[in-house]
Amino acid sequence: MSADPDVVALFAGVGGLLVAASIAGRVLSRRAQSDSARRTVANLNARTRAWWVMVAVFALSLWVGRIGSVVLFGLMSFLALREFVTLAPTRRGDHRALFWTFFAVTPAQYVLVAREWYGLYSIMIPVYAFLLLPTRSAIAGDTERFLERTAKIQWGLMLCVYCLSHVPALLSLRIPNYEGENAKLLFFLVTVVQMSDVLQYVFGKLFGRHKIAPNVSPNKTWEGFVGGIAAATALGAGLWWMTPFSPLEAAGLSLAITLAGFAGGLVMSAIKRDRGVKDFGTLIEGHGGILDRIDSLCFAAPVFFHLVRYAYT
Amino acid sequence: MIAGLVAMLSRTIAGANVRWVDVPRRDGPKVYFANHSSHLDTLVLWAALPRELRERTRPVAARDYWGATGARRWLAESVFRAVLIERKEIRRTSNPLGPMLAVLERGESLIVFPEGTRGDGERIGPFKGGLYHLARHRPEADLVPVHIDNLNRILPKGEFLPLPLLSCISFGPALHLGPDEPRENFLRRAEEAVRGLGAREGTERTGSLILEAPRGSARGAQA
Repeated sequence: MSADPDVVALFAGVGGLLVAASIAGRVLSRRAQSDSARRTVANLNARTRAWWVMVAVFALSLWVGRIGSVVLFGLMSFLALREFVTLAPTRRGDHRALFWTFFAVTPAQYVLVAREWYGLYSIMIPVYAFLLLPTRSAIAGDTERFLERTAKIQWGLMLCVYCLSHVPALLSLRIPNYEGENAKLLFFLVTVVQMSDVLQYVFGKLFGRHKIAPNVSPNKTWEGFVGGIAAATALGAGLWWMTPFSPLEAAGLSLAITLAGFAGGLVMSAIKRDRGVKDFGTLIEGHGGILDRIDSLCFAAPVFFHLVRYAYT
Repeated sequence: MIAGLVAMLSRTIAGANVRWVDVPRRDGPKVYFANHSSHLDTLVLWAALPRELRERTRPVAARDYWGATGARRWLAESVFRAVLIERKEIRRTSNPLGPMLAVLERGESLIVFPEGTRGDGERIGPFKGGLYHLARHRPEADLVPVHIDNLNRILPKGEFLPLPLLSCISFGPALHLGPDEPRENFLRRAEEAVRGLGAREGTERTGSLILEAPRGSARGAQA
């Protein structure tokens, strides 16, 4: 258990933001006139309520310490993979390979992260799971759509488990003059990426006109992209004092992770479009499934991890 | 209490998202009929029903599977009070229709799988005649089509370890046998009702750990 005063102050800040959002939601719901406005406000309020819960869970995991974060992100990987595989049809021949994916590979990845075994957790899925899982499916003997089925399992595993596990892996980086403070690095990554999502949504709703990729996601506009990324980068730069970075470096890293996060949202939208669904699930009210909430984080986490690891350790 | 616990557990494992395209009447006998591709079908369909309906619903299950081991027999007899039937040898003395009709006569409901056996989950097989006989002998019973999606991937034929995926159970509007409706006609209509519920899922299929209560089940029952 640890309660770094900086972290407490940061969560107090986030709490204040949510109080403001909740009050604004109240006011808006009283003033909404048309049906569509009421729907938008109801969705906004559902999102805010879900944010309260997500922030509380995140705060609790950081307070418990390193194991808390590993367990939290491990569970998120499991649930995200569940949503991903549900939407990516496999066949009976993949049953055993999928069983191993869920109950052996996923827990093993997080055990390795908990034991800080960088040499193995950074290659276990891309090398060993990559080779073994299709072997198990091949032994089952069903060759129909084999390459496609294998690709789906690999993709789900890389995205939901491998990429996401880089968030708690941040806690094991040894940065000179920053020992014992890595929880703030994790807070920095999650806050900047999630706020970038929120700000892109807000700027898009307010000023959005020119769609970036109308076939993939009608909600992504150039105005939302530029405004959201710029604002989130500024926010990240403003949080430099809690990181081992200078203000300029914090801005550069924020830009990198918000761009990666944007790419994550775009790619996951393309997958949802391909599967003919709007959301990956219904676990989080107003947001959809857990994968809908963490798609940007999945893309941003390994990028952030490697940039910090190469430049600061 | 054990039944409630088992129901909750099965919904969680199967990540069951329940859709009510139409809400069944609260009283009166019903026959829920569904596509069949997994041993979990019986359990999860039963578990998807709200408690008031579930307590008055008895799945029809094959004795050769559900009577095979102690644990299964306990589940079938004590937890979901299954009507166990012989499917290996049907003689006049063991005609399965008798006990089913008796259940409906008491005002209770049944869960049946008219395909008769588990399919591969890719398509729905032709319905056997049992459903027609039930409808003919008990015209007052509501025949409720149910589509079960994705359970065949959670626990396919021939596997014994379930995958933690999400599934979707959809309940449709009740059917009745038309006056003088020929058997083939009725069975085709029933098949189409189940298939139709599945087709709609293609575009809006989502999963959830949370069971939705049937919308307006309290009000709708009287209406």
